[in-house]
Amino acid sequence: MALEIEIEKKFPDFTLQVAFTAENALVGILGASGAGKTMTLRTVAGLDSPARGRIVLDGRVLFDSAAGIDLPSRARRVSLLFQHYALFPHLTVERNIAFGLRHLPGVTPQERSRRTAEQIAAMHLSGLERRFPGRLSGGQQQRVALARALAPQPAALLLDEPFSALDTHLRSQLERQLRGTLATYAGVTLLVSHNLEEIYRLCPQLVVLDKGQVIAHGSREEIFRHPPNRATARLTGCKNFSRARALDQGHRHGALGASTLIEALDWGCALRVAQDIPRPPAHVAIRAHHIRVEAPPVKTPPVALPPIERPPVGVSSIEFPPGEVPLGEAPPVGASSAAIDENTFPCWVADSSEAPFRVTLFLRLHAPPANAADYHLQVEIAREHWTALKAHPLPWQVQLDPGRLFLLPD
Amino acid sequence: MFYLPSTVVGFFLLVMFGRTGLLGRVLWRVGLTVVFSWPATVIAATVVAFPLMYLTARGALELIDPSMLEAARTLGAAEWEVFAFVTLPLAWPGILAGAVLSFARALGEFGATLMLAGNIPGRTETIPVAIFFAIEAGDTRQALAWSALVFAISIAVLLALGAWTRYQRAYLVRGQARHEAANEIPANDMGVE
Repeated sequence: MALEIEIEKKFPDFTLQVAFTAENALVGILGASGAGKTMTLRTVAGLDSPARGRIVLDGRVLFDSAAGIDLPSRARRVSLLFQHYALFPHLTVERNIAFGLRHLPGVTPQERSRRTAEQIAAMHLSGLERRFPGRLSGGQQQRVALARALAPQPAALLLDEPFSALDTHLRSQLERQLRGTLATYAGVTLLVSHNLEEIYRLCPQLVVLDKGQVIAHGSREEIFRHPPNRATARLTGCKNFSRARALDQGHRHGALGASTLIEALDWGCALRVAQDIPRPPAHVAIRAHHIRVEAPPVKTPPVALPPIERPPVGVSSIEFPPGEVPLGEAPPVGASSAAIDENTFPCWVADSSEAPFRVTLFLRLHAPPANAADYHLQVEIAREHWTALKAHPLPWQVQLDPGRLFLLPD
Repeated sequence: MFYLPSTVVGFFLLVMFGRTGLLGRVLWRVGLTVVFSWPATVIAATVVAFPLMYLTARGALELIDPSMLEAARTLGAAEWEVFAFVTLPLAWPGILAGAVLSFARALGEFGATLMLAGNIPGRTETIPVAIFFAIEAGDTRQALAWSALVFAISIAVLLALGAWTRYQRAYLVRGQARHEAANEIPANDMGVE
């Protein structure tokens, strides 16, 4: 069971150029809207034709521009779950599900009703057989659409944003149901989504699309842990980026393993990163929930020391090369424990946005912000922590864990 | 496809079907005369009513969500099956509206009919034309009788169309499962009203 896609299609504003192979596993296609995700699914389903390329499903050639092959949708055995389900409003649930079965060769009416009943039971739609789609809830409609797509036992199942038309409270429930259903499905499944949590939970393998190009392809863990480029990092939810320049090219191997000293140009500070430089990095990045914000140690007023005189107290493995740490005009944090001081800077809150359990802070480093849009880092912390922090006067301290920072070539 | 006053349509038809007209000449050769014959009344009514049918039906077809048709295709339906099982049932209310509108327009057709078919009693005299000439001749009773008849036809056709649609849609909805109760079809599931 494998789906090989290699397609190219020009559009006025971008060129879709997608090539990847989906083996048995559920493959997620992640991308911003307009990245070409839905178009990719449509070419596999035969609803749109690529300008050139090749689509092969289980050894069957569905499309091959060189050989002049372009199977019509009806002959592809590829089911597409539409974003808004596209249920036939004039047919009952039962007949919607049976729709694909009547066009299958060699399926007797008995077989047809047996398989329809099977899908109805599997999707928990019993009792709704005679209902019309207009009288179903969103979740029921999704299940009917899925049953209709699966009933003809397609060789590939394509899901286009399957949860986008649902209320939030329904999503997690239906997501678990979908995962259960797909576990029993033997064919290739492609799932398109722009919701990174949803796609991470459902798909072991990911393809990341940006402006019509595949910018990352691999296991979800690998892609989320080590995004190969900035667009992937951004699409996987990373919020903080700074242009970066290497300060020491040699690696040091100490308590932290490989580590590199870089200058974060946009954040105006030097940072230790627990990562070798594969090539000169263009950007340094860190995820919003990996940043630690603390109130400064009690009663230690910020001492205005010149950056180069920052004392490397108690740290043997990490040393700042003298004279090479550009901290801008910012005063370094009142130093008490250098182990914590590493990558620690004073910060001010430019803005905050409160969710029920989490708070997003927009932090300005080194100096008070001029306005709410004047910030360097976006930080996500638990609400309790935020409540505790608020009791302390600004500036607070932000620590960028060398193990959480990552470097991106660009 | 635009709408013209029926006398203008009648004039064009007369030019076309007249003995020197483009079509008239051809028909004359094979021994057919359209002008002042009963088929002329049919042609006049059809041509005048056609834009209404065309515009309404096209509107209904354009309103169909293309993803419905695409879904049918991915589910294995050939193009004619997509049309028969998805397009037509979904566009049905609009097609019916077009039929009702063009029927009403054709029933009241006067100008083009009079120009192309004339008013030959017993051969090309349509009811609206007959009413006009009855009134002109001062025969109010005659006009009233004709009017009542038109009224009855109109009502009957509307009722028949409505019943036929219910039957047609019920059939399309239920297919082989005819045993299902007719009242299970939601009255408003496709926005007929």
